[in-house]
Amino acid sequence: MPVLCSSCLDKRAVLKRPKTGHSLCKDCFFWAFEEEVHQTILTAELFKHGETVGIAASGGKDSTVLAHVMKLLNERYDYGLTLMLLSVDEGITGYRDDSLETVKRNQQQYELPLKIVSYEELYGWTMDAIVKQVGLKNNCTFCGVFRRQALDRGAIMLKVDKICTGHNADDVAETVLMNVLRGDIARLRRCTAISTASEGDGVVPRCKPLKYAYEKEIVLYAYFKKLDYFSTECIYSPNAYRGYARTFLKDLESVRPSSIIDVIHSGENLSVREDVKMPMQGTCSRCGYISSQSLCKSCVLLEGLNRGLPKLGIGKHHRLHDKILSQQPLTESEERKLKAVNF
Amino acid sequence: MCQVEEDYNDALEHQNVPCISKKCLKCKELTAAVVIRAGDPYCRDCFKEYFIHKFRAMLGKNRVIFPGEKVLLAVSGGPSSCSMLSQVQQGLSQNAHKKLRFVPGIVFIDEGGAVGQSVEERRKTVAELQTVFKATGFPFHIVPLEQVLALPSEVITTVPPSSQRTASAYKAAVDKFTNELKFIGESSNSRATEQEEKETLFPDVPESETQLLQQLITSAKTLTARQDLLNTLRQHLLVHTARTEGYSKLMLGDHCTRLAIKLLTSISLGRGAQLAQDTGFADLRFGDVIIVKPMRDYSAKEIAYYNHMFSVPTVFTPNLETKTTEKASIQRLTESFVTKLQADFPSTVSTIYRTSEKLQTVAKGSSTGHQCDRCLLCMCSLDTDVEKASAFKATLISEQLSRTKSPRASSTNIQSPNPEMAATAGQCCSSEEAKDCDSVASGEGCCSPAKTPEATDLKSLLCYSCRLTMKDMSSMERLPPYILLEAQRRQRRSRMREEIADFLLDECD
Repeated sequence: MPVLCSSCLDKRAVLKRPKTGHSLCKDCFFWAFEEEVHQTILTAELFKHGETVGIAASGGKDSTVLAHVMKLLNERYDYGLTLMLLSVDEGITGYRDDSLETVKRNQQQYELPLKIVSYEELYGWTMDAIVKQVGLKNNCTFCGVFRRQALDRGAIMLKVDKICTGHNADDVAETVLMNVLRGDIARLRRCTAISTASEGDGVVPRCKPLKYAYEKEIVLYAYFKKLDYFSTECIYSPNAYRGYARTFLKDLESVRPSSIIDVIHSGENLSVREDVKMPMQGTCSRCGYISSQSLCKSCVLLEGLNRGLPKLGIGKHHRLHDKILSQQPLTESEERKLKAVNF
Repeated sequence: MCQVEEDYNDALEHQNVPCISKKCLKCKELTAAVVIRAGDPYCRDCFKEYFIHKFRAMLGKNRVIFPGEKVLLAVSGGPSSCSMLSQVQQGLSQNAHKKLRFVPGIVFIDEGGAVGQSVEERRKTVAELQTVFKATGFPFHIVPLEQVLALPSEVITTVPPSSQRTASAYKAAVDKFTNELKFIGESSNSRATEQEEKETLFPDVPESETQLLQQLITSAKTLTARQDLLNTLRQHLLVHTARTEGYSKLMLGDHCTRLAIKLLTSISLGRGAQLAQDTGFADLRFGDVIIVKPMRDYSAKEIAYYNHMFSVPTVFTPNLETKTTEKASIQRLTESFVTKLQADFPSTVSTIYRTSEKLQTVAKGSSTGHQCDRCLLCMCSLDTDVEKASAFKATLISEQLSRTKSPRASSTNIQSPNPEMAATAGQCCSSEEAKDCDSVASGEGCCSPAKTPEATDLKSLLCYSCRLTMKDMSSMERLPPYILLEAQRRQRRSRMREEIADFLLDECD
């Protein structure tokens, strides 16, 4: 006996929602998914009428679905937003050049303007070259830090008011778990915020409209809507620490499907003691980007790469900031510690 | 660190590989017997000193236990709580340097009925533990878990403490105590020997009660919910024992590794708002009975070494998760995750532990908290205020969208749905009952006390994670009477409060 959709009680159900366990037909699922994103945008007041919004597009499933849903909701509910696509080329052969083709196809399908910024033009280094220097561990640090700045620079070039990224519920939950495991109390407090604060020049506020959407539901949506996306993992990701948090979260989901939202609920509700030291927000003395130290992380990382000391950005190095700023050469023992291993 | 051709030139100059034949780190004379933490060799005596000192320092640093106070030690028979018992015993012995100054008692909760042990096995465990307890000379109580079926509903209320025990009052209290001792002299343990005689008889629990308890536990369909329910019942029983026997403090034997696992489990269960109370040193949610965890600085390894080297007696008792697979429950999954991660990254447990020290409980409104603003089961402040954009709200929206008819054309009908809408949709069947109760105006004397509240009614009294546990339970009727009675009382009070809400001046209960 076919199971009927629990929402319209009319058509046959074709899928079971991972989030709530209800069986739904295709149209009801589309409607529920889009409506949830719409409610998230409304209740969190993510956008104002007439703003220009840049959609961070990587060609993967999250950003493709995000672009599709944003365009749809913009028309359906008349948000009055001007949408643009923004993409970052990290220079990873076999991965990024393929996904960029997907983004270019998306641009044509959705008729949105596209801007691609690359690490090569912004920093003079591609991820492949960085991995050759740094090794297969700790390279996600470089990519993440550089990408954040690249997105901001691209947004300023495009003159957008806000950036929206395709982070989904699984990503936010993984981040909460990873910050607990790493003991990063400052990030733990901030990571569940749906949008970042909008202070400072050179920084464009960013938000996550898909924050409460399960990754599995995003894939279901893209599959049934026959959306075109690129689905390979980054070739350097298997050694990342985040992988542990991800496996744990996947196991949690198999025991209890609501765990993902439960973790996000925990992250939103935990509070830090007042006497715990928190980093203060300032600006980098070299490039003017926001930073909590005298030098921002990307300047430190770049300095390390350019000097052939790739470990400069990894681990604690506050004392060396002054030396770097004043262009002094480092002592020999310091140099030895920061050099990479030879393969 | 784990790269293929590692260049060890730097590292080998500075770091010595720790091994037992090295000299002790502290006294530098005797050869080491154990290697603790990340490679610190200790000889036998220095290790003992280190272990004992840590216990004292933990009690002394957090000035929570006042001199002369009655403290109840919750001993499960496992290595950590037996180690705690041995530490207290040593600390109170006559020749201890700076004796501990409180009056201890022991309690053991016999959970054999819930776990499925036979009567003979339970008797055997209890007999073994009795020998251990008698050897300490402290008064002990052996309480079967079946007693939860007979608890009064006052267990799940917060009672304000009888006297103000602030940190500043601690120093004054200590001075006063030492002065009194000089006059009276040390009193012997004659009180303890009297009570010993009373405890030797342990009657078997009636079979019907065990069956009721098992039905209660099996009404929770998943192992996660069962474990959660069992923990709640155990905590209530411990607090009740402490209250009736006149103890103002309860000591639990949770060690660092278990607390790190508990922190991650609590996050996965949605207990983010209650993390500080679940894993902190002092837990004040019950008001008059404060729950402390003096073993929280010890890693499981240190406790195991100490118990082995100094022959601390332990008794093994199986629990719900013994011999289950890795993915049987969230608690079990987290345990295997943390232990595996600890093997690759040795600082994992201590990092998680340090994170737990930086958390606090947010105090909503007054510090004692509105009676109705506490969860019915776990007694922590409710975290289900539906804010404008939160994960909780998102779940409510999803539930609603997946269930109701979706008018695709007129989609502008959906304004921000509030929990009342979802709740009233499910409560339509019980609204008749509500009307009946309202007609009895006074509220306290309800027309039919035996009526069990619907599941949807209970939900509003629970915090986020207890709601998840309730969702996994097949029926509410199996819950012990004290929970159901208290639920009804709170519902009546909140209805009364709603009626006179306009005329109340302040929020104190």
